[in-house]
Amino acid sequence: MDLRKNKKRDALLTFIAIAAMLTVLLVMELTMKSTSILFTVLKKGMIYALVAVSMNLLNGFTGLFSLGQAGFMLIGAYTYAILSMPTSVKLGDTVYKYYDCAINLELGIFPSLLLAGLFAAVFAALIGFPVLRLKSDYLAIATLGFAEILRAVFQWDKMGPVTNGANVLRQYKDLTKLRIPFTDIKFPPTLFCFLVAGLCIAIIVLLINSSYGRAFKAIRDDEIAAEAMGINLFKHKEMSFVISSFFAGVSGALLAMYQYTVQAAQFKTAMTYEILLIVVIGGIGSVTGSCIASFLFIACNEWWLRFLDESSNNILGLNILRSGFRKVVFSVIIMIIVLFFSKGIMGEREFSWNWLHKRKKTAATEEVSGDG
Amino acid sequence: MSFLQNSLPYILAGISVGGQYALIAIGYTMVYGILRLINFAHGDVFMAAGMFMVFLSASMPLGAAIPLVLLLTVLLGFLIERAAYKPLRSAPRMSVMISAIGVSYLIQNCALYFTGGLAKVYPQLPWLSDTVTVFGAVTKRVTLITPVLTILLVIGLSLFIKHTKVGIAMRAVSKDFETARLMGIKVNSVISATFIIGSLLAAVGSLLYFTNYASVTPTSGGMPGLKCFVAAVFGGIGSIPGAVIGAFIIGICENIIKGLGWTTFSDAFTFALLIIILLVKPTGLFGEKATDKV
Amino acid sequence: MKKVLALVLALALVFALTACGGSKGSDNTITIGVFEPASGDNGAGGKQETLGVQYANSVQPTVEIGGKTYNVVLKIVDNESSNDKAPSAAAELVNAGCSVVLGSYGSGVSIAGGPTFEAAGIPAVGITCTNPAVTEGNGYYFRICFLDPFQGTVLANYAYNELGVTKAYCLNKLGDDYSGGLVNYFIEAFEGLGGECVHEEFPDGNSDFTSYVANAKAADCGVFFSPVSTEAAQLIIDQTVAQGATFPLLAGDTWDSNVILQAAKGKDVNITVTTFYPEGADASFDSSIKAWINGDSTNLANNGGDDTVAAVTAMGYDAYFFALAALQKAGSADPAKVMEAIWSTTIDGVTGPIALDQTNGDAIRDTAFVKQADTATGTWIALDPVTIK
Repeated sequence: MDLRKNKKRDALLTFIAIAAMLTVLLVMELTMKSTSILFTVLKKGMIYALVAVSMNLLNGFTGLFSLGQAGFMLIGAYTYAILSMPTSVKLGDTVYKYYDCAINLELGIFPSLLLAGLFAAVFAALIGFPVLRLKSDYLAIATLGFAEILRAVFQWDKMGPVTNGANVLRQYKDLTKLRIPFTDIKFPPTLFCFLVAGLCIAIIVLLINSSYGRAFKAIRDDEIAAEAMGINLFKHKEMSFVISSFFAGVSGALLAMYQYTVQAAQFKTAMTYEILLIVVIGGIGSVTGSCIASFLFIACNEWWLRFLDESSNNILGLNILRSGFRKVVFSVIIMIIVLFFSKGIMGEREFSWNWLHKRKKTAATEEVSGDG
Repeated sequence: MSFLQNSLPYILAGISVGGQYALIAIGYTMVYGILRLINFAHGDVFMAAGMFMVFLSASMPLGAAIPLVLLLTVLLGFLIERAAYKPLRSAPRMSVMISAIGVSYLIQNCALYFTGGLAKVYPQLPWLSDTVTVFGAVTKRVTLITPVLTILLVIGLSLFIKHTKVGIAMRAVSKDFETARLMGIKVNSVISATFIIGSLLAAVGSLLYFTNYASVTPTSGGMPGLKCFVAAVFGGIGSIPGAVIGAFIIGICENIIKGLGWTTFSDAFTFALLIIILLVKPTGLFGEKATDKV
Repeated sequence: MKKVLALVLALALVFALTACGGSKGSDNTITIGVFEPASGDNGAGGKQETLGVQYANSVQPTVEIGGKTYNVVLKIVDNESSNDKAPSAAAELVNAGCSVVLGSYGSGVSIAGGPTFEAAGIPAVGITCTNPAVTEGNGYYFRICFLDPFQGTVLANYAYNELGVTKAYCLNKLGDDYSGGLVNYFIEAFEGLGGECVHEEFPDGNSDFTSYVANAKAADCGVFFSPVSTEAAQLIIDQTVAQGATFPLLAGDTWDSNVILQAAKGKDVNITVTTFYPEGADASFDSSIKAWINGDSTNLANNGGDDTVAAVTAMGYDAYFFALAALQKAGSADPAKVMEAIWSTTIDGVTGPIALDQTNGDAIRDTAFVKQADTATGTWIALDPVTIK
């Protein structure tokens, strides 16, 4: 088939698929009970998909082993919460109980989201100068260290007038406060997560497919060769680091919107590990993989395996099922994937229409030969 | 004199926790030296040793429980290496590290399951748990024993590495993995020996640590583990004296910071120290010159 | 690989379907959600509070609404004592179709989970979460216990007047709403009386309290106030004894637990706490719940291995009956109707009469009980209760 014709067809198919998915989502949100756990999983899954893709950009496409994702999400979440909180709440006594809020500025949802990303990016740019000189494991530990330091700074009581000390921030513009512009009708929250996070992921994909993306991959494959080809190593590493942090910041802001309250204590190293596991399960260097793995991870963690925790589901008088068993099973599944499918779900491949096309053909032939 | 009187408790606590960190940090540094692997599960092995002690001491006398705890911890370390790291020997380093994170996850969740998520009170060890008075500061005897025991164990370990056959093999493998293999060294047994030594020291460390801070939770290993790893990097990863000195420095600084009232930053300080040393001297205090292994 | 993938996807589908199908309850049951920690820092306390609710459910498993008898089913979800796990645990309860939710032990998780209940329109009744921020600004959160400004004042008065100290050392966990709030109100009241406070915080995951106790000793404080979780409390008691400190330990309702008694037993330490219910105040309740706890090994384990009745257990018991009263008053299992009815619901519980104020939906309570640990026998000694109008 003609390559150009193929490309056009693919773009059209992608467009139709995305439009169809969003429509289905919209219909589901309008017809189903909005408190269903399905939507919880979809929202959180999409937010984690964004941060996983942003981590993949760094770890999978540029070959920079960074473990600072939780720190950038923390900046994003706090920036969003503080900026979007209504002035009346800030002046009041319900959130800033022990401090007088120093930032009397109230922004809308989109400016806050954008600034959340920007603040994370600026911080990344600053620490990028010293940190990106380090190699592999040392880079990982240094970024992890910065994330931990950030957490301490945000909890510092001297920062109280800005961050409310170590206490929770709440009553900012969360997902329930979304409205369709110029009306008072609620905007479907799950759809909003998909639109924002989907747009961000699309931008990352475009970046990866651009000449910058090719330069990133060259750095990943061989730094010395890449430098010899005229790629400015530091400039490109810094760029990848800053962009990845921007999107981590945005996803942090979305997470803050999703869970109604935000507190520095939650952005621990364990969170970065979770994201890293998602990236690895999906396949290092595969955007599609990160997205799929993210949904599977969140769904298993929050939903499908819940029944393992209920002692009422025990059969044959065995007392194995009780609180905590879900997590044991979940970690065993993760170990199995890590040990036996170390390439992850997608490896380095991406979903493409061609691939699907081919699969259909082989499936058909398999069926004919009676092997299916 | 009053200054000494006031600051002595912090310094004592710092030295004691430093010694306990040192015993854990050795495990990190030895494994990294040989496999170039940050063994994230090591902190959890330390926690597991504490859990073994809690459960075993409930059903048998301490004299039987302590050796059994050491044995079980060693077995755990050995099994982790065989099950989770050995199959990935030829895989990219990232995969092994993820496997380590996975193991850490698994151990924590198993502990969560078996304890029901509640803190377990660590048994009192007679003699070690007794209180003593040193220059006016009252503390547990374990505080004084820890640094002595740590230094003795480190000397023993250094002699072992210098003079025994296994020790020489370890040094060879950490210098050059492939060449050592070609020279006929059984690399897998050397790696197992490393994990066994590391886990044994972690088990001793856990005995001392939990006697001092007598409660074990599934996440007890997290922060100490991370700090010990930082200590190992600080001292120059791969170097045993480096890890020990790094651990003492971190233990003492942490307690002094708390004594000064900067409690919010006691953990963050450890990492700040790490970043500074990485930027000034990326290989740590006693590290060998980095050689890029391609 | 392909086959494995196909298998995984198929399994995922099956799970999804069973999960969808499983959550529907039958017509004559009412679900009451129990939003409590069973693991993490506050796991021990959460389990004791849950026990109270479970015991009440075993005493009164049905409720009659509008002439029809409904079975009451408890849906117990573990919020892991963690503010970031709280929203998804809350979402789990919402998904289960609860009419009303009880809990949680620990103010932080209640604050974090509250907006989820608010968004779903399900009323929640806090049992022992004492921080004012739980109900402030959240129209769907109520509570049946006293608040921290009150408790902090009682404790400060006790320290200043009864113990006669002028300098207090205050320690709370960083980012923990319960201990942070209570310490804050204590300091306010104590300094108002003319005392002086040294305030410090410890980070999450800390198990080394040596320096904090040493700081308190160095600053020559007369009392050590640290209303933290029982897990940290054990370590603090241990460290106080190890360093030979002589100051009394003072704490709020969390320390009223047999975990503390076990940690302090046989040691030379003075522990005083304020609480909701002193064991022995209602003898028939005490004896029947003790029999129930002793009758089941799981319950006994959840209560920490003995049959001491914790105040939170008694509060859990009252909370269940409060919820039943609200359901009856509403005449329906519809959360919106229950929500309206709660405002005017009153009961006479074992911990005293419960009625709510009309601004935030907090209980009107003006009495706190004071207890001191008898370290020789491992029991609580009740001191005079304190009433502040």
